[in-house]
Amino acid sequence: MSNTVITFNEVSKKYDHTDGYAVKHISLKIEQGEFITILGSSGSGKTTMLKMVNRLQEPSSGTIALSGENIAAMNPVELRRKIGYVIQQTGLFPHLTIAQNIAVVPKLLKWPRERIQTRVDELLELVGLPPKDYRNRYPAQLSGGQQQRSGLARALAADPEVMLLDEPFGAIDAINRTYLQDELLRLHRGLGKTFLLVTHDINEAFKLGTRVIIMDKGEVCQFDTPERIAKHPAEGFVASLIASSRQQERFWEELYD
Amino acid sequence: MIDYALSHADKLGEALWEHVLMVALTLLFSVMVASLLSLLAVYVPAISKPLVYVFSVLYAVPSLALFVLLIPLTGLGQKTAILVLIFYNQYILLRNFLTGLKDLDLSIIEAAVGMGMNRLQILFQVRLPLARRSIFTGIRLASVSTVGIATIAAFINAGGLGDILFDGLRTLNMNKIIWGSILSAGLALLVNALFLYIEKRLTPPAANL
Repeated sequence: MSNTVITFNEVSKKYDHTDGYAVKHISLKIEQGEFITILGSSGSGKTTMLKMVNRLQEPSSGTIALSGENIAAMNPVELRRKIGYVIQQTGLFPHLTIAQNIAVVPKLLKWPRERIQTRVDELLELVGLPPKDYRNRYPAQLSGGQQQRSGLARALAADPEVMLLDEPFGAIDAINRTYLQDELLRLHRGLGKTFLLVTHDINEAFKLGTRVIIMDKGEVCQFDTPERIAKHPAEGFVASLIASSRQQERFWEELYD
Repeated sequence: MIDYALSHADKLGEALWEHVLMVALTLLFSVMVASLLSLLAVYVPAISKPLVYVFSVLYAVPSLALFVLLIPLTGLGQKTAILVLIFYNQYILLRNFLTGLKDLDLSIIEAAVGMGMNRLQILFQVRLPLARRSIFTGIRLASVSTVGIATIAAFINAGGLGDILFDGLRTLNMNKIIWGSILSAGLALLVNALFLYIEKRLTPPAANL
């Protein structure tokens, strides 16, 4: 018995006002506990693919299953409460404190108050924001990195099996970004949840992913472990992507000499 | 001047009370109508622009003309006056309500949907709290404008402070003109200050809305 968490079966998506497909005939399986990164340039369909998992977008054809259950048959609101969702702009509610932001989904699920409070403090601790200092702050009083940590804590609140992260570190400076990536890896290892993270940064994709999906023009060019992709890049897009990354590396080495 | 106010305190007081009542009733109904129209506009975005447009045209009609135009339909008196004042307020209220409800960071709404909030939850837990300030600004501006325009309603026998003013104009009684002006301007200032205070109290300083 395999522990497949997410299955894409011949999924295509075409937006109403455009020609051509945003996502074309995607079929793949994601196992429990994997950290999948989806790498592609803008317009590659990577975000569309992610948003179809929590039904912010609906496929034009094909099906997606969560733990074997077709999500098209599930109530979208209930489905979303089972999936953590983190976006680049954090989407934190500016009128609520950090603690209240993290408590949103547990409140929707009608958890008792004490349980919510304990959970909020536990999560703040987990993402490195000491509760006594941060619980009662408002998002505007936090740095970009701290906001994204709060966003992460909020997404983890109801202990979802699957986490969707849409370029979570896209707006964060390079130093904090590396730091947050390390913490995300640590979180992933500790939690055993399945992570799906969209990025356009090849280093981020290969650093974080246990397997990487490389997308171009709505199609999956390659879906494999970082090592195998690096050693045997698929012809065309992937090969040129790896080559350009190597070239950048050389540029840095030359600067050092 | 002071003597006049003391000797006519009951008359001035009565006019002021009529005025306050007319303004309060107008506001109550205006906010109710504007809330319904705003919700409609949020969920049926196509009607949002035409709605604001219609009321902006109405707003451009001089108040005296609108009062007189309605006389054949609803007669003289306070009822007609309040109806006209409600029409006037719709433009101010709708514009502010809709700005508050719609001009918000789309990523916040996306996060709300993505976390599993339904439409009503998004409305009550996200949109309305974030629109709080615009909503109160709208109500404040509408109140002040109502206090002013309501004086003209005396022309169609609606009573209020306008009575004192029109009387004063007709009989060239300086005392009446001055007291009518002071009371209506004072009322407008008071209402403005009151709503400003509520607006400030409603916004936590650190929320930075």
